[in-house]
Amino acid sequence: MSVRDIFESMEYGPAPESPDQAAQWLQDRDNTLLHFIGGQWQGPDSGSFFETYNPATGEVLAKVADGNEADVNNAVAAAADALEGWVAIGGHGRARFLYAIARHLQKNSRLFSVLESMDNGKPIRESRDVDVPLVARHFYYHAGWAQVMHEQMPGYRPIGVVGQIIPWNFPLLMLAWKVAPALAMGNTVVLKPAEFTSSTAVLFADLCREIGLPRGVFNLVLGDHKAGEALANHQEIGKLAFTGSTEVGRILRKATAGTGKKLTLELGGKSPFIVFEDSDLDSVVEGVVDAIWFNQGQVCCAGSRMLVQESVADSLYEKIRNRMSKLVLGDSLDKGIDLGALVDQTQLERVSSLVELGVEEGAVKWQPSCEIPEAGCYYPPTLLTDVQPSATLAQEEIFGPVLISMTFRTPAEAVALANNSRYGLAASLWTENINLALDVAPQLKAGSVWVNCTNMFDAAAGFGGYRESGFGREGGKEGLYEYVKPFWESKLSKDPVQILPRFAPVEEVAGYETPEIDRTPKMYIGGRQVRPDGGYSQAVHDAKGRVIAEIPTGNRKDIRNAVEAARAASGWGGTTAHNRAQVIYYIAENLSARGDEFVHRISQLSGKDELAARAELDLCIKRIYTYAAMSDKYDSRVHSTPFRNVTLAMKEPLGVIGIVAPEEAGLLGFISTVMPAIAMGNRVVIVPSQHYALLATDFYQVLDTSDLPGGVVNIVTGDHGVLAEVLAKHYDIEGMWYWGSRKGSKMVEEEAAATMKRTWVNYGLYHDWEDDEQGQGKSFLRKAIEIKNIWIPYGE
Amino acid sequence: MTGAFESNVHSISAHDEHIQRNPGIDFNPDLFGRIRINRSAVERRAATIGTRRTVKKDYQAAWLLKALTCIDLTTLAGDDTPGKVRRLCQKAKRPVRKDILEDLGVADLGITTAAVCVYHNLIETAVNELEGTGIPVAAVSTGFPAGQIPLPLKLAQVSESVTAGAAEIDIVISRAMVLTGNWQGLYDEVKAYRNACGEAHLKTILATGELATLSNVAKASWVCMMAGADFIKTSTGKESVNATLPYSLVMVRAIRDYLDLTGFKIGYKPAGGISKSKEAINYLILMKEELGKQWLTPSLFRFGASSLLGDIERQLEHHVTGSYSAQYRHPVS
Repeated sequence: MSVRDIFESMEYGPAPESPDQAAQWLQDRDNTLLHFIGGQWQGPDSGSFFETYNPATGEVLAKVADGNEADVNNAVAAAADALEGWVAIGGHGRARFLYAIARHLQKNSRLFSVLESMDNGKPIRESRDVDVPLVARHFYYHAGWAQVMHEQMPGYRPIGVVGQIIPWNFPLLMLAWKVAPALAMGNTVVLKPAEFTSSTAVLFADLCREIGLPRGVFNLVLGDHKAGEALANHQEIGKLAFTGSTEVGRILRKATAGTGKKLTLELGGKSPFIVFEDSDLDSVVEGVVDAIWFNQGQVCCAGSRMLVQESVADSLYEKIRNRMSKLVLGDSLDKGIDLGALVDQTQLERVSSLVELGVEEGAVKWQPSCEIPEAGCYYPPTLLTDVQPSATLAQEEIFGPVLISMTFRTPAEAVALANNSRYGLAASLWTENINLALDVAPQLKAGSVWVNCTNMFDAAAGFGGYRESGFGREGGKEGLYEYVKPFWESKLSKDPVQILPRFAPVEEVAGYETPEIDRTPKMYIGGRQVRPDGGYSQAVHDAKGRVIAEIPTGNRKDIRNAVEAARAASGWGGTTAHNRAQVIYYIAENLSARGDEFVHRISQLSGKDELAARAELDLCIKRIYTYAAMSDKYDSRVHSTPFRNVTLAMKEPLGVIGIVAPEEAGLLGFISTVMPAIAMGNRVVIVPSQHYALLATDFYQVLDTSDLPGGVVNIVTGDHGVLAEVLAKHYDIEGMWYWGSRKGSKMVEEEAAATMKRTWVNYGLYHDWEDDEQGQGKSFLRKAIEIKNIWIPYGE
Repeated sequence: MTGAFESNVHSISAHDEHIQRNPGIDFNPDLFGRIRINRSAVERRAATIGTRRTVKKDYQAAWLLKALTCIDLTTLAGDDTPGKVRRLCQKAKRPVRKDILEDLGVADLGITTAAVCVYHNLIETAVNELEGTGIPVAAVSTGFPAGQIPLPLKLAQVSESVTAGAAEIDIVISRAMVLTGNWQGLYDEVKAYRNACGEAHLKTILATGELATLSNVAKASWVCMMAGADFIKTSTGKESVNATLPYSLVMVRAIRDYLDLTGFKIGYKPAGGISKSKEAINYLILMKEELGKQWLTPSLFRFGASSLLGDIERQLEHHVTGSYSAQYRHPVS
């Protein structure tokens, strides 16, 4: 077209970014991507390669080493060798390397961007303006954490060798999210990128080599699920971090169950995008573009489920349709496009068939008549309205440029619809009313809540899911804890520290004195004393083996009732931390008032002398005080993210936590596990020590007199093996803490996979419950909360 | 004198062949009263206007030519003289060196700037200088730039300027009315200007940099359009903050909503501080993305600028020769 013609047509024309340097980089390595192990390029043990394509053109980019178990073993061995040195150079030494990585990333930013777009199909604008700058930012930010780890993370040490498996939608960015905090905290890494997208990981390895990162600190094994499985199952990794589908996440949860490997999972989502009637609708439209047409909608936290207040739905849809008409699809290296190709043909087919299913189920489909390139895996931006909550597409992740929408009437209904999902990764809400925004944001089950914005990311803010979107956080200080462990954990004992009395049951010879009035300990559910559903009881012995009472034998229905009661007591999480502190102090006061009775009972059940029994009681009271104190002191944080906004890292209770108390630890074990949970606003269903069950049933009378709302603490006595499994399998419990056998720990972690409960188990090891490090503290509180990052841009 | 005026109006009408003038509508605060603009979101969108779309090579040259034809070539200084204005008008008639236009293959398109914009006292000079060219003369009015004079004087100035041959009147709104929420007052005032304009086109300058919030910018845009503005314009060029992409987004979105409601197309004129080719292209992209290609004509889009033209000339020469240009190689205005 001549200048003259263009002057008339005012078309944009092509604006290609040159692929030359990236192509040259590939050519320099014979278009062959190899493992990077122990600082060396290594061919695959299998000798075989697979091909990787440019999804925009279908052209082969390179052949990729097909990794297997032997390759993974080599990489883990190299990482293990490098560990000692990497820890020894200290925080400052590591900071220098991470800083160098950040600088080199910036210096070569265009090469990284172009290669990323060629390999993944995402628009060059996104890799250039979003992915790569965030990658560099991540390494800068974590260079800082390496520098100050010593002061800022006292009591914590590196985990060791970390295995990391990342997806294809943000290949380099996910690498950064995984690698930067791991290296900063003194771990060494074996990373397995997605089979579709290995290129920038190899370029990153090359960068590590260039800056002289010590050999074996960062290792790269390429390949498909074979390499991934080998890595996940490797005995010598201390931690596995995974980003990908919920389906694979569940497999990994089960595979690592009982091994003691730390695990973080960042999984799928069906994130709500909530539009209230008083929002700036034109800005909402751009928010929609950023939510669902960013990276072709192949974003785990994509705002894919729009909820619109009925009063503005029609006008918003009209605006969105107009905006969609202006979206441009094209080659990922064209600087003037909005959407590139989907990553692979399989993905294209999946999206198409899901959209068809949506239409079959009653959704109204709208697609603009935009030009679609002939070659490549392109799918047009799509709006599906009238999608009801019961429709498949309201629940299933599409992972493509498809927005579904439904309407709501009131803020309460918006919250209910938003939370009507197994997922809980992110949420976006739009309103110009700050009262409404700050009312709704905490109610949403989502790890990130974006107010009047969407898909905001930064190294300083944690990112991660609620529910089946996974657990653990990446970014922010909260993300560091995923790559360290407390020193005290290494001190846990293989044998019980607190010892259960040994006795042989003795038969009491019936006498002729007037008997004491028979007392019937009951279970405690919903603030009421309750008889067991099954109608059975079991004997409780004192330290000498005499039967002194019978406690109820709880069964699955008792657990069901207890969980329902706990679920109903949701007000506890919403009450002020000050109020919770008041109640918990009051518990200590009432326990103290009945001190003699408890001293007697401790003594009777444990065989401790009075002095020792009183010492245990005193420690219990002290511990209750500690958690009362911490109720309003373990508080939230505001992150310094580089935008004009407030990023609130809000600590929220998990919800309902099932607790199986340590059998050997009596009242102290009960107090030490229940109190941190309720201090943070959780409700608990606790299965107390069987031997010491009478202390728990005595204790509910203390709870009754302490203004604790019914349902906050529920006590179900009975067999640990039976009840732990019912709890672990219960779908309506957010967290599960278990102190028991190794086998029981494995069971809990395996069963948790169904709904991605947050678990805390002891793998058959024993705490010293009298020790203040092992028996209380921030480690306990951290397990009792979830961190939600709420982004609130401001400015009138 | 009257003849000159008529020829000017005629030339505008030629531009406006398909565009029906906005007669205005009744004052209705319900249409804008609840508008809330989210500044952060607007700024985010504005920041990607120039990163989501771009024009290269011949496309860039063509777009720069288009930008040039949308310029209201402006001089608004206390030391303006007839001599200065005559020079400006000649530049408006021949904004780019002929050899460059020939190399671009557009020498016969009759490329000129959209208008010449001056103070009242210079209207006559400009009208005479531009006679027969079809280039309209715009005059700033109503106590420009601050507008702090009595309404009758403002109206008299509008009438005088129209009589003097101005085909376009760039009025300044009373910022105080916006800041005190006197929307009815603002409507009445602008409507009176519109009546005083007669056939001349009314451009309403909001002085966005003095309206405090983007919500006020949106509301003021609405009131001006309701009162019959042909164009809404950001700034006088004399405020400390003049045209920006965020202000522009808010204003063109108001134009879009007004179009949806009434069917009338309102023009948009960012003014002040736009001096680089790259910025000009970003504004054109914004117009095309938010309102459509139809707005990429001088009848619906203007730049209020003085130094932008020089930068465009240099870019065009670079496009033609491959060598970066120098300012002295292009005739001054």
